[in-house]
Amino acid sequence: MPTTDNTLDEILNLAATHFRVPREKLTPDDDFFKTLGIDSLQALDLLTRLEHHFRIELPDYELQGVSDFRTLAGKIQSRL
Amino acid sequence: MREHSISEQKGETLSWQMVNGAIELTFHHKPCNEIGSLMLAELETFVRALPEAAREAHALILHSSQAAGFSAGADLRELYHRSQGLKKAEATRGVRDFLERIHAVLNTIDALPLTTIAAVHGVTFGGGFELALVCDIIVADRMARFCFPELRLGLIPGFGGIPRLKRDLGNAVVRDLLLTGRSFNVMKAQQVGLVSQIAAEGEALRVARATASQIGKFDRATVAAAKRFVKPIPYDELKQEIDIFCDLYTQPAVEKGLRGFVENRTAQPYLP
Repeated sequence: MPTTDNTLDEILNLAATHFRVPREKLTPDDDFFKTLGIDSLQALDLLTRLEHHFRIELPDYELQGVSDFRTLAGKIQSRL
Repeated sequence: MREHSISEQKGETLSWQMVNGAIELTFHHKPCNEIGSLMLAELETFVRALPEAAREAHALILHSSQAAGFSAGADLRELYHRSQGLKKAEATRGVRDFLERIHAVLNTIDALPLTTIAAVHGVTFGGGFELALVCDIIVADRMARFCFPELRLGLIPGFGGIPRLKRDLGNAVVRDLLLTGRSFNVMKAQQVGLVSQIAAEGEALRVARATASQIGKFDRATVAAAKRFVKPIPYDELKQEIDIFCDLYTQPAVEKGLRGFVENRTAQPYLP
Protein backbone atom coordinates (compact mmCIF):
# COMPACT_ATOMS: atom_id res chain seq x y z
CA MET A 1 0.00 0.00 0.00
CA PRO A 2 1.61 3.31 -1.06
CA THR A 3 2.12 6.03 1.51
CA THR A 4 0.46 9.43 1.22
CA ASP A 5 3.84 10.85 0.22
CA ASN A 6 4.07 8.31 -2.63
CA THR A 7 0.56 9.28 -3.71
CA LEU A 8 1.38 12.96 -3.51
CA ASP A 9 4.48 12.43 -5.64
CA GLU A 10 2.50 10.58 -8.30
CA ILE A 11 -0.10 13.36 -8.38
CA LEU A 12 2.56 16.02 -8.84
CA ASN A 13 4.25 14.01 -11.59
CA LEU A 14 0.97 13.41 -13.42
CA ALA A 15 -0.10 17.06 -13.15
CA ALA A 16 3.27 18.32 -14.35
CA THR A 17 3.26 15.97 -17.33
CA HIS A 18 -0.29 16.55 -18.40
CA PHE A 19 -0.40 20.30 -17.98
CA ARG A 20 3.20 20.75 -19.19
CA VAL A 21 4.47 22.55 -16.12
CA PRO A 22 8.05 21.85 -14.92
CA ARG A 23 7.85 19.35 -12.09
CA GLU A 24 10.20 21.42 -9.91
CA LYS A 25 7.71 24.30 -9.97
CA LEU A 26 5.04 22.26 -8.18
CA THR A 27 4.99 21.94 -4.40
CA PRO A 28 2.51 20.07 -2.20
CA ASP A 29 0.86 23.15 -0.79
CA ASP A 30 0.42 24.97 -4.10
CA ASP A 31 -3.06 26.04 -5.18
CA PHE A 32 -3.31 23.77 -8.21
CA PHE A 33 -5.82 26.03 -9.98
CA LYS A 34 -3.31 28.91 -9.91
CA THR A 35 -0.09 26.93 -10.33
CA LEU A 36 -1.36 24.83 -13.20
CA GLY A 37 -3.42 27.70 -14.62
CA ILE A 38 -6.53 25.57 -14.91
CA ASP A 39 -10.26 26.16 -14.66
CA SER A 40 -12.97 23.84 -13.39
CA LEU A 41 -13.28 21.99 -16.69
CA GLN A 42 -9.57 21.20 -16.64
CA ALA A 43 -9.83 20.28 -12.96
CA LEU A 44 -12.39 17.65 -13.97
CA ASP A 45 -9.98 16.44 -16.63
CA LEU A 46 -7.30 16.10 -13.93
CA LEU A 47 -9.74 14.26 -11.67
CA THR A 48 -10.52 11.77 -14.46
CA ARG A 49 -6.82 11.14 -15.10
CA LEU A 50 -6.18 10.65 -11.38
CA GLU A 51 -9.09 8.22 -11.08
CA HIS A 52 -7.71 6.18 -13.99
CA HIS A 53 -4.15 6.33 -12.68
CA PHE A 54 -5.01 5.22 -9.13
CA ARG A 55 -7.91 2.98 -10.25
CA ILE A 56 -10.31 4.63 -7.84
CA GLU A 57 -13.60 6.44 -7.95
CA LEU A 58 -13.45 9.88 -6.31
CA PRO A 59 -16.75 11.77 -6.27
CA ASP A 60 -16.15 15.30 -7.43
CA TYR A 61 -17.95 16.75 -4.39
CA GLU A 62 -14.97 15.48 -2.37
CA LEU A 63 -13.00 18.21 -4.15
CA GLN A 64 -15.17 20.96 -2.71
CA GLY A 65 -12.85 23.41 -1.01
CA VAL A 66 -9.79 21.41 -2.05
CA SER A 67 -7.27 23.44 -3.96
CA ASP A 68 -3.87 22.13 -2.90
CA PHE A 69 -2.11 18.94 -3.92
CA ARG A 70 -1.47 17.73 -0.35
CA THR A 71 -5.16 17.72 0.56
CA LEU A 72 -5.99 16.13 -2.78
CA ALA A 73 -3.49 13.36 -2.01
CA GLY A 74 -5.24 12.74 1.31
CA LYS A 75 -8.58 12.36 -0.45
CA ILE A 76 -7.11 9.89 -2.94
CA GLN A 77 -5.27 7.98 -0.22
CA SER A 78 -8.55 7.38 1.60
CA ARG A 79 -9.83 5.52 -1.47
CA LEU A 80 -6.83 3.21 -1.98
CA MET B 1 -29.72 27.51 -41.56
CA ARG B 2 -31.70 26.96 -44.76
CA GLU B 3 -33.75 23.81 -45.21
CA HIS B 4 -31.65 21.28 -47.09
CA SER B 5 -31.67 17.62 -47.89
CA ILE B 6 -29.95 15.33 -45.51
CA SER B 7 -26.79 14.78 -47.53
CA GLU B 8 -24.79 17.66 -46.06
CA GLN B 9 -25.55 20.78 -44.05
CA LYS B 10 -23.48 23.20 -42.05
CA GLY B 11 -25.03 25.40 -39.39
CA GLU B 12 -23.68 27.67 -36.68
CA THR B 13 -23.93 25.15 -33.87
CA LEU B 14 -24.07 21.82 -35.68
CA SER B 15 -23.50 20.20 -39.04
CA TRP B 16 -24.31 16.89 -40.63
CA GLN B 17 -23.07 14.73 -43.46
CA MET B 18 -23.32 11.16 -44.70
CA VAL B 19 -20.23 9.04 -44.13
CA ASN B 20 -20.29 5.44 -45.40
CA GLY B 21 -24.04 5.07 -44.95
CA ALA B 22 -24.19 6.72 -41.51
CA ILE B 23 -25.39 10.25 -40.84
CA GLU B 24 -22.85 12.07 -38.69
CA LEU B 25 -24.28 14.94 -36.66
CA THR B 26 -21.40 17.06 -35.38
CA PHE B 27 -21.91 19.61 -32.62
CA HIS B 28 -19.42 22.49 -32.85
CA HIS B 29 -20.79 25.31 -30.69
CA LYS B 30 -18.17 26.91 -28.45
CA PRO B 31 -17.30 26.52 -25.68
CA CYS B 32 -18.93 23.14 -25.03
CA ASN B 33 -22.10 22.79 -27.11
CA GLU B 34 -24.38 24.50 -24.62
CA ILE B 35 -27.94 23.86 -25.75
CA GLY B 36 -29.80 27.13 -26.21
CA SER B 37 -32.35 28.51 -28.65
CA LEU B 38 -30.01 28.58 -31.66
CA MET B 39 -28.94 24.96 -31.27
CA LEU B 40 -32.55 23.96 -30.65
CA ALA B 41 -33.64 25.64 -33.90
CA GLU B 42 -30.88 23.88 -35.82
CA LEU B 43 -31.77 20.55 -34.24
CA GLU B 44 -35.36 21.10 -35.38
CA THR B 45 -34.11 21.69 -38.92
CA PHE B 46 -32.09 18.50 -38.68
CA VAL B 47 -35.02 16.34 -37.55
CA ARG B 48 -37.18 17.76 -40.33
CA ALA B 49 -34.58 16.50 -42.82
CA LEU B 50 -34.31 13.10 -41.12
CA PRO B 51 -37.20 11.21 -42.77
CA GLU B 52 -35.50 11.53 -46.14
CA ALA B 53 -32.18 10.37 -44.67
CA ALA B 54 -33.76 7.41 -42.94
CA ARG B 55 -34.31 6.01 -46.41
CA GLU B 56 -30.59 6.22 -47.27
CA ALA B 57 -28.76 5.63 -43.97
CA HIS B 58 -28.43 2.73 -41.57
CA ALA B 59 -27.15 4.67 -38.56
CA LEU B 60 -26.95 8.11 -36.98
CA ILE B 61 -23.86 9.11 -35.01
CA LEU B 62 -23.90 12.12 -32.68
CA HIS B 63 -20.55 13.57 -31.68
CA SER B 64 -18.79 16.81 -30.77
CA SER B 65 -15.81 18.56 -32.28
CA GLN B 66 -15.33 20.74 -29.19
CA ALA B 67 -12.26 19.70 -27.17
CA ALA B 68 -13.97 20.27 -23.81
CA GLY B 69 -16.52 17.55 -24.36
CA PHE B 70 -19.74 16.29 -25.90
CA SER B 71 -21.98 18.91 -24.32
CA ALA B 72 -22.12 20.81 -21.05
CA GLY B 73 -25.92 20.86 -21.24
CA ALA B 74 -28.47 23.65 -21.31
CA ASP B 75 -27.28 27.19 -21.95
CA LEU B 76 -27.79 28.43 -18.41
CA ARG B 77 -26.78 31.99 -19.23
CA GLU B 78 -29.48 32.18 -21.87
CA LEU B 79 -31.97 30.54 -19.51
CA TYR B 80 -31.19 33.13 -16.82
CA HIS B 81 -31.08 36.24 -19.01
CA ARG B 82 -34.21 35.31 -20.96
CA SER B 83 -36.28 35.28 -17.79
CA GLN B 84 -34.96 38.55 -16.37
CA GLY B 85 -37.57 41.29 -16.35
CA LEU B 86 -40.40 38.86 -17.04
CA LYS B 87 -43.19 37.98 -14.65
CA LYS B 88 -42.75 34.49 -13.30
CA ALA B 89 -45.73 33.09 -15.21
CA GLU B 90 -44.45 34.46 -18.50
CA ALA B 91 -40.92 33.19 -17.86
CA THR B 92 -42.27 29.76 -17.00
CA ARG B 93 -44.34 29.68 -20.20
CA GLY B 94 -41.18 30.42 -22.14
CA VAL B 95 -39.33 27.60 -20.38
CA ARG B 96 -42.21 25.17 -21.00
CA ASP B 97 -42.21 26.08 -24.68
CA PHE B 98 -38.47 25.43 -24.90
CA LEU B 99 -38.80 22.10 -23.08
CA GLU B 100 -41.65 20.92 -25.28
CA ARG B 101 -39.66 21.74 -28.38
CA ILE B 102 -36.48 20.00 -27.19
CA HIS B 103 -38.53 17.00 -26.10
CA ALA B 104 -40.06 16.79 -29.58
CA VAL B 105 -36.58 16.74 -31.10
CA LEU B 106 -35.20 14.18 -28.68
CA ASN B 107 -38.27 11.95 -28.90
CA THR B 108 -37.88 11.91 -32.69
CA ILE B 109 -34.26 10.82 -32.45
CA ASP B 110 -35.13 8.29 -29.74
CA ALA B 111 -37.73 6.66 -31.99
CA LEU B 112 -35.72 6.67 -35.23
CA PRO B 113 -35.77 3.41 -37.18
CA LEU B 114 -32.00 3.88 -37.62
CA THR B 115 -29.55 2.74 -34.99
CA THR B 116 -28.29 5.80 -33.13
CA ILE B 117 -24.86 6.05 -31.54
CA ALA B 118 -23.57 8.80 -29.25
CA ALA B 119 -19.77 9.11 -29.49
CA VAL B 120 -18.89 11.12 -26.40
CA HIS B 121 -15.80 12.54 -24.76
CA GLY B 122 -15.10 14.96 -21.93
CA VAL B 123 -17.96 16.80 -20.28
CA THR B 124 -21.29 15.08 -20.96
CA PHE B 125 -23.42 16.93 -18.44
CA GLY B 126 -27.07 17.75 -17.93
CA GLY B 127 -28.79 18.29 -21.27
CA GLY B 128 -25.70 16.92 -22.99
CA PHE B 129 -26.06 13.68 -21.04
CA GLU B 130 -29.74 13.67 -21.98
CA LEU B 131 -28.80 14.07 -25.64
CA ALA B 132 -26.55 11.01 -25.39
CA LEU B 133 -29.27 9.03 -23.59
CA VAL B 134 -31.69 9.22 -26.52
CA CYS B 135 -29.21 7.14 -28.53
CA ASP B 136 -29.32 3.36 -28.70
CA ILE B 137 -25.62 2.95 -27.97
CA ILE B 138 -23.14 5.18 -26.14
CA VAL B 139 -19.46 4.90 -27.05
CA ALA B 140 -17.23 6.99 -24.81
CA ASP B 141 -13.57 7.83 -24.80
CA ARG B 142 -11.70 7.36 -21.54
CA MET B 143 -11.91 11.04 -20.63
CA ALA B 144 -15.71 11.22 -20.74
CA ARG B 145 -17.55 12.24 -17.59
CA PHE B 146 -21.29 12.05 -17.03
CA CYS B 147 -23.35 14.13 -14.66
CA PHE B 148 -26.79 15.44 -13.82
CA PRO B 149 -25.92 18.65 -11.96
CA GLU B 150 -29.42 20.10 -12.05
CA LEU B 151 -30.12 19.72 -8.31
CA ARG B 152 -27.25 22.19 -7.73
CA LEU B 153 -29.50 24.76 -9.41
CA GLY B 154 -32.70 23.76 -7.65
CA LEU B 155 -33.95 21.88 -10.70
CA ILE B 156 -34.25 18.37 -12.04
CA PRO B 157 -33.08 17.29 -15.51
CA GLY B 158 -35.62 18.67 -17.96
CA PHE B 159 -34.73 17.17 -21.34
CA GLY B 160 -35.97 13.67 -20.56
CA GLY B 161 -32.98 12.43 -18.62
CA ILE B 162 -34.70 10.78 -15.67
CA PRO B 163 -37.22 8.68 -17.62
CA ARG B 164 -34.51 7.59 -20.07
CA LEU B 165 -31.98 6.81 -17.38
CA LYS B 166 -34.63 4.75 -15.55
CA ARG B 167 -35.29 2.94 -18.81
CA ASP B 168 -31.61 1.96 -19.08
CA LEU B 169 -30.24 1.60 -15.56
CA GLY B 170 -31.10 0.32 -12.12
CA ASN B 171 -33.00 2.77 -9.92
CA ALA B 172 -30.22 2.87 -7.32
CA VAL B 173 -27.75 4.27 -9.84
CA VAL B 174 -30.31 6.81 -11.03
CA ARG B 175 -30.87 7.96 -7.42
CA ASP B 176 -27.09 8.20 -6.81
CA LEU B 177 -26.56 10.36 -9.90
CA LEU B 178 -29.58 12.55 -9.44
CA LEU B 179 -29.49 13.10 -5.67
CA THR B 180 -25.73 13.71 -5.33
CA GLY B 181 -25.30 15.64 -8.57
CA ARG B 182 -21.87 14.06 -8.86
CA SER B 183 -20.06 13.28 -12.08
CA PHE B 184 -18.60 9.88 -12.75
CA ASN B 185 -16.06 8.56 -15.21
CA VAL B 186 -16.32 6.14 -18.10
CA MET B 187 -15.21 3.08 -16.10
CA LYS B 188 -18.12 3.54 -13.72
CA ALA B 189 -20.41 4.32 -16.65
CA GLN B 190 -19.53 1.03 -18.29
CA GLN B 191 -19.82 -0.89 -15.00
CA VAL B 192 -23.40 0.26 -14.53
CA GLY B 193 -24.29 -0.50 -18.15
CA LEU B 194 -24.55 3.02 -19.49
CA VAL B 195 -21.58 2.91 -21.86
CA SER B 196 -21.24 0.14 -24.40
CA GLN B 197 -17.61 0.57 -25.41
CA ILE B 198 -14.66 2.59 -24.12
CA ALA B 199 -12.33 4.15 -26.67
CA ALA B 200 -8.86 5.61 -26.23
CA GLU B 201 -8.75 9.36 -25.80
CA GLY B 202 -9.93 11.01 -29.01
CA GLU B 203 -11.06 7.73 -30.60
CA ALA B 204 -14.78 7.64 -29.78
CA LEU B 205 -15.88 8.67 -33.27
CA ARG B 206 -13.69 6.03 -34.91
CA VAL B 207 -15.15 3.34 -32.65
CA ALA B 208 -18.68 4.63 -33.35
CA ARG B 209 -18.03 4.44 -37.10
CA ALA B 210 -16.82 0.83 -36.78
CA THR B 211 -19.95 0.00 -34.80
CA ALA B 212 -22.16 1.70 -37.40
CA SER B 213 -20.41 -0.27 -40.13
CA GLN B 214 -21.23 -3.53 -38.34
CA ILE B 215 -24.87 -2.51 -37.99
CA GLY B 216 -24.96 -1.63 -41.68
CA LYS B 217 -24.69 -5.33 -42.54
CA PHE B 218 -28.15 -6.11 -41.18
CA ASP B 219 -31.54 -5.80 -42.84
CA ARG B 220 -32.88 -2.30 -42.11
CA ALA B 221 -36.48 -3.34 -41.53
CA THR B 222 -35.39 -6.05 -39.09
CA VAL B 223 -33.22 -3.56 -37.17
CA ALA B 224 -36.15 -1.14 -36.98
CA ALA B 225 -38.50 -3.86 -35.71
CA ALA B 226 -35.99 -5.07 -33.11
CA LYS B 227 -35.46 -1.54 -31.90
CA ARG B 228 -39.19 -0.85 -31.52
CA PHE B 229 -39.45 -4.02 -29.47
CA VAL B 230 -36.58 -3.37 -27.04
CA LYS B 231 -36.75 0.40 -26.67
CA PRO B 232 -40.02 1.71 -25.26
CA ILE B 233 -40.31 5.47 -25.10
CA PRO B 234 -41.67 6.66 -21.73
CA TYR B 235 -43.93 9.38 -23.15
CA ASP B 236 -46.07 9.78 -20.00
CA GLU B 237 -43.06 10.19 -17.72
CA LEU B 238 -41.43 12.59 -20.16
CA LYS B 239 -44.50 14.86 -20.00
CA GLN B 240 -44.54 14.54 -16.20
CA GLU B 241 -40.89 15.60 -16.09
CA ILE B 242 -41.70 18.82 -17.96
CA ASP B 243 -44.47 19.60 -15.44
CA ILE B 244 -42.19 19.01 -12.45
CA PHE B 245 -39.41 21.10 -14.00
CA CYS B 246 -41.78 24.02 -14.65
CA ASP B 247 -43.15 23.86 -11.08
CA LEU B 248 -39.61 23.92 -9.66
CA TYR B 249 -38.62 26.75 -11.98
CA THR B 250 -40.89 29.12 -10.07
CA GLN B 251 -39.05 28.50 -6.77
CA PRO B 252 -36.51 30.98 -5.31
CA ALA B 253 -33.74 28.35 -5.25
CA VAL B 254 -33.61 28.36 -9.05
CA GLU B 255 -33.22 32.11 -9.39
CA LYS B 256 -30.46 31.94 -6.78
CA GLY B 257 -28.77 28.96 -8.43
CA LEU B 258 -28.82 30.44 -11.92
CA ARG B 259 -27.68 33.86 -10.73
CA GLY B 260 -24.83 32.22 -8.84
CA PHE B 261 -23.72 30.40 -11.94
CA VAL B 262 -24.04 33.36 -14.27
CA GLU B 263 -22.77 36.24 -12.16
CA ASN B 264 -20.10 34.70 -9.96
CA ARG B 265 -16.84 34.90 -11.93
CA THR B 266 -14.91 32.98 -9.30
CA ALA B 267 -17.31 30.05 -9.39
CA GLN B 268 -16.10 26.71 -10.59
CA PRO B 269 -19.24 25.78 -12.45
CA TYR B 270 -18.26 22.25 -13.35
CA LEU B 271 -17.44 21.26 -9.80
CA PRO B 272 -20.14 20.73 -7.14
